[in-house]
Amino acid sequence: MKKIMMELGGLSCPSCLEKIKTAVEHQAGVSEVKVLFNAGKLKATLDTNQVTAPVLKQVIENLGYQVKNVKEKEVTQ
Amino acid sequence: MGKLQTFFSRHQRVNVGAMTLLIILAELSRLTSFEVVTPLMIAAAVIGGVPIILRAASALAYRVVSIELLVAVAIIGAAIIGEFNEAAIVVWLFNLGDVLEEVTLKKTRAAVKSLTELAPQTAEVLADINDTVGEVEEIDFVEQGDLVLVRAGDRIPVDGTVKKGTGVVNEASLTGEARPIQKMVEQTVSAGTILEDGLLVVAASRVGEDTTFGRIIELVEEAQDSKSKAQRVIDRFAKYYTPLVLVLALLVGLVTRDLAFAITILVLGCPGALVIGVPVSTVAGIGQAARRGILAKGSASLSALNRVDTLVFDKTGTVTKGQPEVVDQWWAPGASEEDRQLLVSVETIANHPLAKAVLNGVAATPQPVDKSRVRLGQGMVAEVAGHQVLVGNAKLLGEFQISLGAVKEVTQAWQTAGYSLVYLAVDGVLRGSLAITDPLKDGAQATFKKLRTLGYTNLIMLSGDNQTTAEQVGRAVGMTEVRGDLLPADKAEIIKELQARGHVVALLGDGINDSPALALAEVGIAMGNGTDVALDVSDIVLLHSDLTKLPLALTIAKKTSANMTQNITIALLTVALLFGGLLAGYVHIALGMLIHELSILIVILNGMRLLKVR
Repeated sequence: MKKIMMELGGLSCPSCLEKIKTAVEHQAGVSEVKVLFNAGKLKATLDTNQVTAPVLKQVIENLGYQVKNVKEKEVTQ
Repeated sequence: MGKLQTFFSRHQRVNVGAMTLLIILAELSRLTSFEVVTPLMIAAAVIGGVPIILRAASALAYRVVSIELLVAVAIIGAAIIGEFNEAAIVVWLFNLGDVLEEVTLKKTRAAVKSLTELAPQTAEVLADINDTVGEVEEIDFVEQGDLVLVRAGDRIPVDGTVKKGTGVVNEASLTGEARPIQKMVEQTVSAGTILEDGLLVVAASRVGEDTTFGRIIELVEEAQDSKSKAQRVIDRFAKYYTPLVLVLALLVGLVTRDLAFAITILVLGCPGALVIGVPVSTVAGIGQAARRGILAKGSASLSALNRVDTLVFDKTGTVTKGQPEVVDQWWAPGASEEDRQLLVSVETIANHPLAKAVLNGVAATPQPVDKSRVRLGQGMVAEVAGHQVLVGNAKLLGEFQISLGAVKEVTQAWQTAGYSLVYLAVDGVLRGSLAITDPLKDGAQATFKKLRTLGYTNLIMLSGDNQTTAEQVGRAVGMTEVRGDLLPADKAEIIKELQARGHVVALLGDGINDSPALALAEVGIAMGNGTDVALDVSDIVLLHSDLTKLPLALTIAKKTSANMTQNITIALLTVALLFGGLLAGYVHIALGMLIHELSILIVILNGMRLLKVR
């Protein structure tokens, strides 16, 4: 399991937030998705067997938003 | 496709500017013989429409029905039936609304960003405790137990324990106390605080988001975010509205087999006034507030302020000036200029908030001090020009068995009034006494009277000062509740308690120690000369620390929220009217578009009314 934090760019309307959240949540192996609107950040927990951070980055970029920075942290359960 | 979208969202403003120009040119060309309306409108619709269609399509690919989808279908539909004017206008309005919203939001972002930037992004990690130069590492790669070198003037990057060296640390960013604190080996230091002098080697115990400072930032980020829900109501509405209009248009198209009619529904159903109505109110409300010295960081702050029923005030620097002043003096019979000089001499070298007040209140030339010693919690013992001089509280004079009898009657009255007392004794005899207090801000009493007139009856004051002093201030302005002897953490707890009882709370404060409470309250209002962090975590800033602006801020918040509701109502009524008329056969696409545009004009004019609130 991994915790990730992504810094997003161009998050200007609350509907963008809904869009990104829904799209990321639909990916397999992603849980606890939190999009911080004002801070422009996305936080989520990943099951690394099913999904990786670059995949999520691609999903967000496909929606037309920039991903400026990705941080990952291993979490032991 | 993602790249193209990113390109468009980066240049949205230029795009909107270009569209505005094209539409103006098109309308102007109507007046001339050289008419090029249609090509110009097509150009405007394309440059504004393509990004919207792209966004709608990419959202749909992830099974998300967005508001862009409705607009996209309408644009394509309008283009098919040749209504390029409508397509261009709808696209232009939609983009303009987006830009307006972004402008207001930018302020909120900048605030959080400057807070985050207080935390150092790198640390100088040492391989060995005796090294003098280390390797500069990204803060995320610093591990627990790493030795970090901190130089004078740097912000400490980690929470940890001093392993080597000494230094003076300013912990204002955490505690709100701007007093320098001496740090030695085995003492703990916190990330975000400043090493003003010295050189420290710190063993990291907590790094990044786990540090006290990191947690404050996280708290603020999440607190700010939970508030923007109010803003989402309109998009949530659009969530149901969008599919509804789509389905309706589809049904009508299938039943009547009239493509133009179905697309007319889509075009008229585009929430034009709805899309622009809310940003217009917000921008006008925030703009007017700013002109009157009130900075609101985003529309959410104003709408939250409108719901507030409990106003909580920090005492020092918010209700009072925050700078103690000498308000009364007593001098022993026969006291001379020399006594005043001795007092001023000692206070000149004292590093105490009350000393500054004494220096401002007593005019005399300071003499060189030969010897001095600070007695914690009591005052100072000094030797000046061969005299033993004591400056301090009753405890200090008590230790030296000096009688306070001569001044007893006066000081009793001062104590009842909540003043702090400073005594001067020279060579074992009481020579003078000063009453010092932190006076109310100018216009404080009138402000609280106005607040009560506006219907705010829950006025609570919190203070780190003792209960007697706090109550004294509270009585003077008419607080309904006063709580003294509080630690910074207690303030946040009290806010939580109030919220648990169902109150919507606004907190006014100025110190960093108020930051958690400011972030926690539904609305955090910072006094404009307060610390940077307090400004950052607040929702609203009263410039120049002007407390008298509070009633106006509340009024603007009320009117802005009412204005938004009016605009939404106007927009919805227009849509209902248009659909009613359309179905009854009274409204065709041209008249419909006119009504549609009029409704937009009305919401803009309605929003402008906010610029007159004072």
